[in-house]
Amino acid sequence: MTIEFTLNGKPVSTDDDPATPLLWVVRGSFKLKGSKFGCGMGLCGACTMHIDGAAVKTCILPVASVAGKEITTIEGMGSADNMHPLQQAWVEISVPQCGYCQSGQIMAAASLLKNNPAPTAADVDAGMAGNICRCGCYPRIKQAILNVARLNVAQLKLDEPALAYNASDEVTP
Amino acid sequence: MNQLLTSIQQILRQNSQGQAIDRRQFLKLAGVAGTSLLLIAPSSDNQAANINADNASTVGAVELNAFVSIASDGKITIYSSNPEMGQGIKTALPMIIAEELGADWTDVEVLQSPVDSARFGRHGAGGSTTIPRTFDQMRQLGASAREMLLIAGAISMELPKNELVTRLSQVVHPPTGNFMRFGQLAALAAKQPLPNAKTLAYKKAEDYTLIGTSVTGVDNLEITTGAALFGIDTQIPDMLYAIYHKCPAIGGKVINANIDQIKKLPGIKDAFILKGNDNVRELLDGVAIVGSNTWAVFKAQQQLVVEWDEADASKDNWPAMVKQAEALAKTTGATTVLDKGKPEKQFTDPENTTLEAFYEYPFVAHLCLEPMNCTASYQTGTAGGKDTLELWIPTQAPERAYQVTQGLFDLDNDQVLIHQMRLGGSFGRRIYNEYVCEATAISKRMNAPVKLTWRREDDIQHDFYRVGGFQAVKGAINSNGQLVAFKDHFIGMLNNGKAVSGSRIHATEFPAQNIRHAHISKTMLEIGTPCGPWRAPGSNTSAFVIQSFLHELALAGKRDHLDFLLELMGEPRWFESGNIRSLNTGRASAVIRLAAEKAGWGGKLAAGHGLGLAFYFSHAAHVAEVAEVSVDSAKKLTVHKVTVAVDVGPIINMSGALSQVSGAVIDGLSTMMGQKITMQQGRIEQSNLHDYKVLRMPSVPIINTHFIQSKYPPTGLGEPALPPLAPAIGNAIFAATGERVRKMPLAELGYTI
Repeated sequence: MTIEFTLNGKPVSTDDDPATPLLWVVRGSFKLKGSKFGCGMGLCGACTMHIDGAAVKTCILPVASVAGKEITTIEGMGSADNMHPLQQAWVEISVPQCGYCQSGQIMAAASLLKNNPAPTAADVDAGMAGNICRCGCYPRIKQAILNVARLNVAQLKLDEPALAYNASDEVTP
Repeated sequence: MNQLLTSIQQILRQNSQGQAIDRRQFLKLAGVAGTSLLLIAPSSDNQAANINADNASTVGAVELNAFVSIASDGKITIYSSNPEMGQGIKTALPMIIAEELGADWTDVEVLQSPVDSARFGRHGAGGSTTIPRTFDQMRQLGASAREMLLIAGAISMELPKNELVTRLSQVVHPPTGNFMRFGQLAALAAKQPLPNAKTLAYKKAEDYTLIGTSVTGVDNLEITTGAALFGIDTQIPDMLYAIYHKCPAIGGKVINANIDQIKKLPGIKDAFILKGNDNVRELLDGVAIVGSNTWAVFKAQQQLVVEWDEADASKDNWPAMVKQAEALAKTTGATTVLDKGKPEKQFTDPENTTLEAFYEYPFVAHLCLEPMNCTASYQTGTAGGKDTLELWIPTQAPERAYQVTQGLFDLDNDQVLIHQMRLGGSFGRRIYNEYVCEATAISKRMNAPVKLTWRREDDIQHDFYRVGGFQAVKGAINSNGQLVAFKDHFIGMLNNGKAVSGSRIHATEFPAQNIRHAHISKTMLEIGTPCGPWRAPGSNTSAFVIQSFLHELALAGKRDHLDFLLELMGEPRWFESGNIRSLNTGRASAVIRLAAEKAGWGGKLAAGHGLGLAFYFSHAAHVAEVAEVSVDSAKKLTVHKVTVAVDVGPIINMSGALSQVSGAVIDGLSTMMGQKITMQQGRIEQSNLHDYKVLRMPSVPIINTHFIQSKYPPTGLGEPALPPLAPAIGNAIFAATGERVRKMPLAELGYTI
């Protein structure tokens, strides 16, 4: 059975077993390695992609269920020459440690900002709770999202200050 | 990278047609003609000159030494020779070279080096040792390359060398403002003799313009755009995919399995039993399933039925260990580690207050988000040629792969080519390379390239765990509220008669060195569960016990915890002057004071909030942390803020250093809160994130980090900010609620977060 869908703007088809999770089709048949395998239970978020614009964990999503849909992976968000604002924000404040979860984090963040362009810090917490960062980059993930939100929304009022990543906290006696 | 892989494939194809494999040819095609590590392991000038010329003709760039190449267009390539697992050395070490070189950081490209210890020195990372081990080497590499550029600049500009300096990738003559770019000088610089390392001049720390600043990670562009970087992303032509299924009771042997049934499943190419060598760090018995994609082999694994011989397998049982330890706690340990003064006299002195407590901490898993994996391409030599093995490994110890492939497969180093891939987390896990042995054995059997990927369940159930354990502690406080005696019976674990990583207590354990009467003993239990280093081994559990118990003692003496700790430190002294691994009480007091001050110690807190303080010295780092928490009536814990003060000497990459500290705090909280590995009949009872929980964003506190950039040599920061977190939280919970935490994880005591 051939399953057709759109992958990062291009129509594609696959003859993989329809029960194969989308993650393995994208990583295996389409050789896009940005989306990661972390748990295989939809609990860590490393495999997050957009399906018709919504963030979905794809390690447990049969490819059959995305027939006719639009899939966007991290590779479709931006490239080194033309980065998405979230990718830029991630690089600017050096969010990643090991980096393995970060494409999933960025995909989840993009969906969060699409639904709520001016999130509070608490909104970011709630919206990002499905994505684990084993290295604990959460404060910078949160700040990068709030930085993009601030850029996007002229009159943004945050209910809390962005979390501390600034050199003013450091002392050098 | 792709070009490199293609080239290597070509060579391997040539090799399969009967040509002997040539390691130097590998490296040349990769654009990195091999030289000895010129400064660390000097080679003859002739050899260096030949190779430089050779390399220049190959890639249009010249090597100034093993780590630094400069192209005529000004691009500077610096190799990072150690594994990057998120600790940030792939950025920090090249920063040190670039600083001494006088490079403009925007001209620098950092590449992961080939694995070649003759050229690059030891490859490997662990124990927070990379910065202290290599800081001077990196400076030397930068200063040596700078010297060659200065000589070239002096010749080209006809100016005295001693009037020239380097900055922003230029050799500059400040009196006249004349300058030449590194790119213009590189070819001439490469022809200069290697400077004598002993006569090199170094920049003064106050003149640094790059070290100490915040620099974004060198792989961040690739990471955020989804480029293939990690071991698990390896893709080579004609690759097959595999899983390896081992006995759930660690060490069990395969009697038989439904291999024929598995072979018939869709997408499966082969399935077979592998006999191991009974070494858990190398190859245990198991069943390999090989297929056309990873999902097919994962699915087939679910259908696998294996009959195991568990006669020699682990029989470990966690509740039994707890019971045994509780009985032992009433005794003194079988082996004495330290016996100084007369502690028993202090404990029985009626003037003193004596306190006893029993602390418990569980086994925990590493849970690297990238599961264990390795790609191996074993090619049998034909027409008299030797067998070859090419490996793509995410590992902390690439050179161990040579050892294990030599031992298991009888391959000499020149038959093995290793690519160090970025690691999706490690925390000590990937020091052992058993997944390399598994991938190699499967590839050899298939005579084809194979990528082995573990499922999360395999990863959690076949780890080298942070060892669990117990400590029975006792202390005496005199009538002035001073600690006068300390006793610790450490109950630890052995694998095959040897103390496992992290199951050690030393005579120098704080506060034994700081007081006159102390007794430390240990009893070791033999277990079958394999253990290994886990972020700050030993320290991450001893800190919890001792820094919590010191708070108990301070309160028993009716003392402020801060005063009590500072009094224990006493006058500034360095127990073993010159040894960075020895406690320096002056540095300790400074971080303790700073953390307390910044956290508002002694000030007014919000209703229901409590502050907890802890200090720990490990990995040559002095770290103090203060946690501010509150706990509601349903025992829901909120960690509002963690204030950290750290002295690791000068900071290399401020951005990376802050990340390591906040990451360690979050890791510490995550582990303390809900993580526990238990065994029944040798089987690990946890399997995935539903029963082994990792902290998520809503539970993360504000983390304020303060560095004291003392003049001591810089030391590593991957681990030492973790140990003080658990006792700081436990002490804060006591301050907020009056309930003492003597056991981890907190979830077992009814707390949620």
